[in-house]
Amino acid sequence: MSNEKQGLRKIGTVPVFLTLVLLLVACVLPFVVSNYRTFQLTLVLVYAIALLGLNILTGYNGQISLGHGAFYAIGAYVAAMLMDQAGMPYWATIPIAGVVCLVVGFLFGLPALRLEGLYLALATFALAVSMPPILKAHFLEKWTGGVQGIVIVKPDPPAWLAAAGVKLNADQWLYYFVLAIALVLFVVGWNLISGRIGRALIAIRDHHTAAEAMGINTAIYKSLAFGVSAMYTGIAGALGAIAVQFVAPDSFTVFLSITFLVGIVVGGLASLSGALYGALFIQFVPNIADELSKAAPWAVFGVFLIAFVYLMPTGVAGALRVLLSRRRGGKLLQPKEAVP
Amino acid sequence: MRASYGATRVLHGLDFRLQEKSVTALLGANGAGKTTTLRALCGMVRAEGEIRFAGERIGGRRTEDIARLGIAHVPDGRGTFLHLTTEENLRLGAYARKDRPAVARDIERMYAYFPRLKERRRQQAGTLSGGEQQMLAVSRALMLGPKLLLLDEPSFGLAPLVVRELFGILRSVNAESGVSMLLVEQNAAMALELADHACVIETGRVVRSGSAAELKHDDAVRRAYLGY
Amino acid sequence: MEAVLLQVLAGLATGSIYASLALALVMIYQATHLVNFAQGEMAMFATYIAWSLVNAGMGYWPAFLLTVLIAFVLGVLIERVVIRPVENAPVLAVVVVFIGLLVILNSIAGWIFSYTIKSFPSPFPAALGIRYMSPHQVGALLVTLLVLALLYVFFRFTPLGLAMRAAAQNPVSSRLVGIRVGWMLALGWGLAAAVGAIAGMMVAPIVYLDPNMMAGILLYAFAAALLGGIDSPGGAVVGGLVVGVLENLLGAFVIGNELKLVVALVLIVGVLLVRPSGFFGSVQVSRV
Repeated sequence: MSNEKQGLRKIGTVPVFLTLVLLLVACVLPFVVSNYRTFQLTLVLVYAIALLGLNILTGYNGQISLGHGAFYAIGAYVAAMLMDQAGMPYWATIPIAGVVCLVVGFLFGLPALRLEGLYLALATFALAVSMPPILKAHFLEKWTGGVQGIVIVKPDPPAWLAAAGVKLNADQWLYYFVLAIALVLFVVGWNLISGRIGRALIAIRDHHTAAEAMGINTAIYKSLAFGVSAMYTGIAGALGAIAVQFVAPDSFTVFLSITFLVGIVVGGLASLSGALYGALFIQFVPNIADELSKAAPWAVFGVFLIAFVYLMPTGVAGALRVLLSRRRGGKLLQPKEAVP
Repeated sequence: MRASYGATRVLHGLDFRLQEKSVTALLGANGAGKTTTLRALCGMVRAEGEIRFAGERIGGRRTEDIARLGIAHVPDGRGTFLHLTTEENLRLGAYARKDRPAVARDIERMYAYFPRLKERRRQQAGTLSGGEQQMLAVSRALMLGPKLLLLDEPSFGLAPLVVRELFGILRSVNAESGVSMLLVEQNAAMALELADHACVIETGRVVRSGSAAELKHDDAVRRAYLGY
Repeated sequence: MEAVLLQVLAGLATGSIYASLALALVMIYQATHLVNFAQGEMAMFATYIAWSLVNAGMGYWPAFLLTVLIAFVLGVLIERVVIRPVENAPVLAVVVVFIGLLVILNSIAGWIFSYTIKSFPSPFPAALGIRYMSPHQVGALLVTLLVLALLYVFFRFTPLGLAMRAAAQNPVSSRLVGIRVGWMLALGWGLAAAVGAIAGMMVAPIVYLDPNMMAGILLYAFAAALLGGIDSPGGAVVGGLVVGVLENLLGAFVIGNELKLVVALVLIVGVLLVRPSGFFGSVQVSRV
């Protein structure tokens, strides 16, 4: 309890107030915008969860992953296969997808311990590129649906809601469902990052040998970071699959992993709010850029990637942080602390 | 000249001149700033103040441009290209030169000064002994055809006999080709044997300078650096 | 037995293409200690330029040479403009820039040339074909070997090649002898881009020209470079041939053609875990 109070005191009252306002807006939105917009916002939340996952690994722990699209795919396919073949209700698939990705991520994290920056990037890149062929493979077809993939039925709002007199359509229900999960995951993530574990992850990122010398079991932390990161992104994948209503191998190419990278670079590495900014960026920019040409979204992504590295390496979240603290009177929050 | 490594100021106001065609020794204890002086001259560390060479200001220029002006540096640690052969190291010394036949002659001249290098011409430089690598480093620097040769602790890690041999060759080179030399040495005795002039540096400042003979007989210098 | 021989020879042909791309990767690695994730897209882009030239009426070989030249210049430009600012930045920044480059090149190609698959000519006369290899396979193998031989001669026997090797190994000492290290890096990138362009032009007739054609091939090239040793040019060549043959044999007889790319993944992860410096390399790749 005191830890939470400490956490709140650390952030200060303004961000808490802003977060509450944001939450209020988020709850009201589905009633004021179109169904399609609600669907897009649902995807923003999904991506935010995925980006939070990637950020835990790459932003806070410094392990570069160019393959998170693979974990997203695994989560998506687990959910789809359970719903399609095991007849499981959609909400039950989420925790299972999470656990599967937790395990897979942890297992991938073990050999990854021996790989330094560039080589880990290489290995995860290879994982991302190989994902579509694996998903298309003939011998897995009866589970994965092969090239066609699997179609999922959009879930209806639960009966008890209608009984309580609340009328929501499927899109709105899904939005609130995802919102609830996102909130839980963000709060868990916030606790993780601002506590001892987060500090250990950051210490490992910045001064690996010193961290070991201080007695931090870097191997366990790094593998767990991989696992938890994969779990978040896997849950996002499952939610995304349900929202989009189908999974197919070509939705999960290396470009998905690159999209996530764009999200955390633009949004802000090592930042929770960065996940949200990044998610907004990767969801809406392609929609706008698409009007210009099919290739434009990617050109924009590429330019933003390079521009942000040169000009705004801490992303939107970092830039905002600097702006806010300047207004507060100059005391810059250290980037090494966990910040919203 | 003042010079710093990043935020740490090492040289606090060094002022000295080198005479053309002569050998000058820069003496001082560990950490006095001798290596920094050489690095500053070559543009390898940031320096403020004026550095002039043959009338031109060279402060602030890039290392490779300074080298092309005729300043050759035998660095601390020798800087040998370990994965290349002995002869490739020598050729690299002459990279900036355009007079091919003279370069070929110079390679032969180096082999004449240092026959052991000729024996090992096709060997990987990393397999040479410490003394041989030092000779290689000096030869490589000489291959530049320099007007000024900077030597950073050439006696480091070498047996006294080898040092004597090396310094003897440096003497010959100076006499035959008129190459000016600035020699940074902890081994003050040997340095004063070789040099015409000398300066003593302490914590980034020159505290004594004069001819080598003067300094050899200077009491303070003798006690501090010559051990008697 | 004949089937095996067929796959081996085909594997050597594609392997030679992997070897070229792997060599480009190694060249950049040796000079900068960086893995160029955008190498494939650079090669793809150059191949599109060649296609445009041929389409505009130029003969194949003049277009080939001009493309190689253009690729060289582009490589130099990319190094000076895009890469130089981040040369000493933290790894994540560099990786992000490379990925950004990859994405930009890919999308510009898609935008200018559209995503419809195009065919790319093979310049090799039918007479070149031998019993188990098509004319193009033989031609690609020969071209690759020729390029490798030229590079070997360049690096071993010319002063510029020596200077480039020196600049890659020991930039500090190189400056002391007057080598302009920055330009050596740019030249290295130019050469790597040129070699990549050749690889692209050799592979395009086989896989057909499309903006996404190089992703898989890049993966094989990564595997080849790691297998041979990320800092060993000779290793890259051997690695490329081995990967090509392995891919074909496994694809034809063990795991089926669609999972061939997984071979690359397994090789990459396997080499990184078991023998990170590859067979001929000397670089330590894993965390101490």
